[in-house]
This record gives sequence, structure tokens and C-alpha cells, in this order.
Amino acid sequence: MAQITLDNLAHSYLAKPVSNDDYALKPMNHTWADGEAYALLGPSGCGKSTLLNIISGLLQPSQGRILFGETDVTHAATAERNIAQVFQFPVVYDTMTVRENLAFPLKNRGADRAYVAERVATIAKMIGMEGELDRKARGLTADAKQKISLGRGMVREDVNALLFDEPLTVIDPQMKWELRTQLKSLHRQFGHTMIYVTHDQTEALTFADRVVVMHDGRVVQIGTPQELFERPEHTFVGYFIGSPGMNVIPARVEGRTAYIDGAEMALAHGYGALSGKVEIGVRPEYARLSDEGMPVKIRRVEDVGRHRIVRAEFFGHDINIIAGEGEEIPADRVRVSFDGAHVNVYADDWRVAPESAPGVAA
Amino acid sequence: MALKLEGVTKVSGADVHIHPTDLTLEKGTMNVLLGPTLSGKTSLMRLMAGLDVPARGRVFWNGEDVTGMRVQDRGVAMVYQQFINYPSMSVYDNIASPMRLTGVSKDEIDRRVRETAELMKLTPMLDRRPLELSGGQQQRCALARALVKDAGLVLLDEPLANLDYKLREELRVEIPRIFAASGAIFVYATTEPEEALLLGGNTATLWEGRVTQFGPTPEVYRRPVDATTARVFSDPPMNFLQVSKTGARLMFGEGQSAEARGRLASLPDGRYLAGFRPNHLGIASKAGAMRFRTVVAVTEITGSETFVHLDHAGERWVGQLHGIHALEHGAQVEVFLDPAHVYIFGEDGALVAPAAYAEAA
Repeated sequence: MAQITLDNLAHSYLAKPVSNDDYALKPMNHTWADGEAYALLGPSGCGKSTLLNIISGLLQPSQGRILFGETDVTHAATAERNIAQVFQFPVVYDTMTVRENLAFPLKNRGADRAYVAERVATIAKMIGMEGELDRKARGLTADAKQKISLGRGMVREDVNALLFDEPLTVIDPQMKWELRTQLKSLHRQFGHTMIYVTHDQTEALTFADRVVVMHDGRVVQIGTPQELFERPEHTFVGYFIGSPGMNVIPARVEGRTAYIDGAEMALAHGYGALSGKVEIGVRPEYARLSDEGMPVKIRRVEDVGRHRIVRAEFFGHDINIIAGEGEEIPADRVRVSFDGAHVNVYADDWRVAPESAPGVAA
Repeated sequence: MALKLEGVTKVSGADVHIHPTDLTLEKGTMNVLLGPTLSGKTSLMRLMAGLDVPARGRVFWNGEDVTGMRVQDRGVAMVYQQFINYPSMSVYDNIASPMRLTGVSKDEIDRRVRETAELMKLTPMLDRRPLELSGGQQQRCALARALVKDAGLVLLDEPLANLDYKLREELRVEIPRIFAASGAIFVYATTEPEEALLLGGNTATLWEGRVTQFGPTPEVYRRPVDATTARVFSDPPMNFLQVSKTGARLMFGEGQSAEARGRLASLPDGRYLAGFRPNHLGIASKAGAMRFRTVVAVTEITGSETFVHLDHAGERWVGQLHGIHALEHGAQVEVFLDPAHVYIFGEDGALVAPAAYAEAA
């Protein structure tokens, strides 16, 4: 296991990058702790796969260094990095049995037979394939093959890091729950450094200790699921995390008051003078239909089972409000109120830290 | 206009892909086929489209028997998980191509291409080639090609599965709107319960080649006819617990019981299966709720919610809790369940009493 350091790392797919726009990965400095589980989360084209490929050694960065512990591995080949990888699509040897597939990374490194047998048994139990160890991989479903790939990725205990590139894309929702919780248990048991690339927020948030949110070649925030949910540092994080994402509404903010097209609402904190594009951000979970508050017009209500998503118009802006499963939705004179403690203020898309918090020094 | 399947089956060698199925889809409806991989969604769609001929049974379109009619002769459009566009043609020509084959006039083609492009938010991209577009735009182009045909039956086979989560979220909101404007019969296959709920319309749940239930989506969700349907239509999976009925009470173990009301009152004494959804399990004590001792296996936090995986007497339950709860692995937790949220199934899996809250809804 190792700490991973990204030192002034950047990458361009062009031979002679000129402007910042030419970089698929813009210069970054980060240290990822030994034994933590990280998720790289972002839409396609955000640079997350580029970053993963640099960490795994499939790609040489245009600038900067990457360290595993104290060792500079920037120019080391993948095989020298001592990592295990699991990809989006199963990589399984069809002519081998499930057992041989799982044992392969260990046998390849000359591990002794008793140890191999013990590890294979442990992993087979984890992926729920104890009963199928002696059948050939050929003819198994995509699900089953991907479970073998995951198992093979985890069979070695001595790796520097485990890298996962969208490993659950081909897996059914119900099986996703099982495999994800198994990955988490495994992480708790063995404390591997894990890096998990995904565009699926639920996977990222539920899997990782820390989620690295990427947008347009940059890391916009690294945080725990709670931090990303409650204090998105950038409106992109607010939009990308949460389903639906955070409501972002243009406003004027003076001290402890936000003015939205004439209506005003009290904020939990005070703010200094702001410049640029000023907006408030409030998640649908922190907006409520109520008797008091600001007027809102309901456009549509979507029942998603455990709650309902109310699509509404608020001073000419589309907003979403979450209503509980049994909650009554008023027909007329509808108003919305926001939970002040969970309203964030943004200037030019970046969160502004409040000047004062009630009863707490800022 | 309606599509009617009468006892259709699909058999390949000794494998039955689709057991005898009856299904009637009406004009202007959105119909979701919900089930895990290999449950028969694609097989059923291929029978509907005429891509496969049923081993038995008949397919009717507007009352006319079209069993065995070639797909080319039927008004059918299909969109697959993999976006299929012609890479060498512009977006405009891609959308126009199905109409060019059927001899629509040039002006009419132009009008319909532009109208559909507008609906699919592709107007600024008409001159580009598909590979210059994002995945979401490519799939919208494939959708536009399906819509422009003016087919009476539009089949969408997991059309969003290869897209980014956020794009999926946006297209899920758009698709019902597009569908409402077209008036065709839409059939939409997915593995995800949440997608079915967001699409609305009707849902057919599939399991091992059988349609287990078909009806309005919220109805199937809240009143599943059996444990299999409930399992298919629940993400995270539904939790189950063996219970027994003794006289006027249902015994849940650990000294917990609930009054056997309504339909339950007349059931014979014996063993039953109780099922409840993860979002109905709470960790705060609640009046009238039953209490169970569990051990925390794994906790997953999404920011707005916490998924807690619990071991309860040899069963694994999932709780979907509001807010953030840092529950440690191995910790003992008491969880609470309102009997109004419990479905009761017979030992054969058939629903014997829906949850009281769902009856009221």
C-alpha cells in the first residue's frame, strides 16, 4: 500500500500545447493518503480516465511527477508499479476455469500453492462463486465474468493500489449493491489504497471515503460525501452531485439577506461585498412546500417511490423541490421556503465562505 | 391503434426465453419493461417488432394479425443501447435517412428533420458528424431517427444505459415529453426501478421470461402482486422476513407483533413472508412501530441519505435513511418498522395483503 502524490501533474494529448484549453488535465498538486478509498467522479471528457491512466502507467504525463510513497514512478511501466486494475468490461480467460482465472495473478508471481488455494477460496466466497470454481469461464454471463475480474483484481494482498475503471457499468442494479458492499467490506478489512473511476454519483459517494470531483480537466473539489452534499465548493459540484442537482438561483446578497427578484430571504450567515455573478444554491432536499415563504408555481410532480420531485417555476427560474412520500401537495397559493442553514452563496460559480456564523467564530 | 400479444412464446432449442405472454399496449402510452439482465426484455421487444417470429401465439396490430410479417413491412422504430448512427453522414442526413427510403418529398423531409432536431435539442449540431458529438447528443440523434419515421411503435432497448449519469437524468425527463408529443406506442426496456418510476406510464415487470405484472407504474410499484415483482421493482432490494399468523396477530419474532387487520384478519394461521422497502426502515423510535435488533455490516453515505446494510437473524436488510448517520461496522442498532409499510406474501410468493399505506395511497 502506498500514498500517491500528484506533483504539478498535467497532460495534453497535443504535442505542443499552447493555452490552458489544450490540456485534458490541467496542472494539479494532490496527495492521496495511504489506505484510503477515493472515487474520481465526473462526466465523460472531464479528465478522470486520463488521470487514472497516468496513475496506472498506461499514459506518460506531459508534465509533472507521480509518486507511490517516496518512489517516482512517472516513467515506470505498468508492470513495475505493482497495482491491480479492474476495467469496465470483463477481462477473463475463457478457456480457464473460474479457479484458474482467480489464481492467475498469484501463480504468475510464483506464490506457493497453499497460499493460492487459500486466497482463491476467500475471494470466491466474497464474489459468491464458490460453487462455480471448476467451470470454464466461457459461457458465463457478463455479470459473472465481471465478478471474476473484480475477484482477480483483489486476489493479491501486496499491491500498491487497486484501480477500478467504471467496474459496475455492466452489472444489474441489484448485483451492484452486493458487489459494492463487498468492495467496501474488503477495503475495511485490508485497507488497500483504492481509486475508483465512475460517472455515477451513487457509486462514487457510497464507495469512497473521499470523492474527487472533476470538471473540464480540473479537480473542483475533494471531499467526503457529506461535504460535497452540504457545501459544494463550485456550482458544478452542486449540479453533478444530487438527483436532481442543486437549485442555483441568481440573487443579490447583502449582509445576511438574499434578494431574489424583489423577494427577500434571511441567510444563516453574513457575507461581505460580492462581485461578479452572484447566485444562491439550495438543494431540492432543503426546499419545502409550505404555507409561508416565497411564491412558486408547480409545473409537474414526479413520483419516484420513496419521495416525489416537484418541478416548479420560481421567479422565472426552474427549481426542484423534494416532497415526502405521503406529504400533501397544495393545489393553490403554493409557497416554498429554503432551509437557511443549507443555503450556499456563489460568486462566479465558486462558493463564498460566510463572514460570520451564528455563535461560532468564522 | 393497439399492439396485442396473444400467448406469444420464444423458444431456442431447449431454452424458453419467453413463456406464454398476453399483453395489450394502447395507442399513446409509455410502457416500461422492467427486469434484470436476461429476464426477457429484449426477447419480448423483438417479438413485438417482428424481428423474431413467436414459437407460438399471435401478434396483432390494430386488430390485424401481423405474426410473421417482416419488420420492414411494419411501422416500427427501434433504438438500442449502443447508439447507432451513420458515421460518415451529417446529423441532418442521419435524421433524414429513414424518410429518404420511403420517398417522402424533399420539403417534407426538411420540415420534419428540423422539427425533430428542435425537439431533441440538436438544431445547432445538424451539420456535424455523429462522432463529433457527445454521447448524449449521439443518442439523441439516434432517437431523432427513430421518431422521424412516424412509426406507430417505438421500441427503446435500454437507450440510456451507455450515457453518463447526469445526461441520463436529463434525457429521462425529456423522453416522456417527446413521447407525449408523438402519440405512438412507446416501449422502453430498463433494469432500473427508478427509471421506470420517472418515466411513468405503465410498467410490465419481467422475471425469467415471464411478465409478472402489468399496470400503471405507481400501482405496480405500490401494489406488487407477488414477492418477485416486489423484488424486481425495488432498488435497493426489498427486505424480507419470515412471519407467522396466530389468531388475531402477526408474529414478527423478537416478541414483535402487529394486529392482523383488514384482509389479514381472515387468513388462516400459518407462515407468511413479510416484505418492506428500505426507505421504510427507520432508526428513530416511532409510535406503533415494531423494533428489531440488528448489527451494522456496511454503511454507505450519499450526502442526502445513508444506506445501512444490517444483519438481522441470518438475513441481510438494507435501510435507506434520511440524512447522515455514521453507523460503525459491528455496531448494534435498533431499527423501527411501521406495520403499515409491510406487505404480506404467501409461502408461494403471491401477495396476500398489500401494505396498508399503499392501499390508502
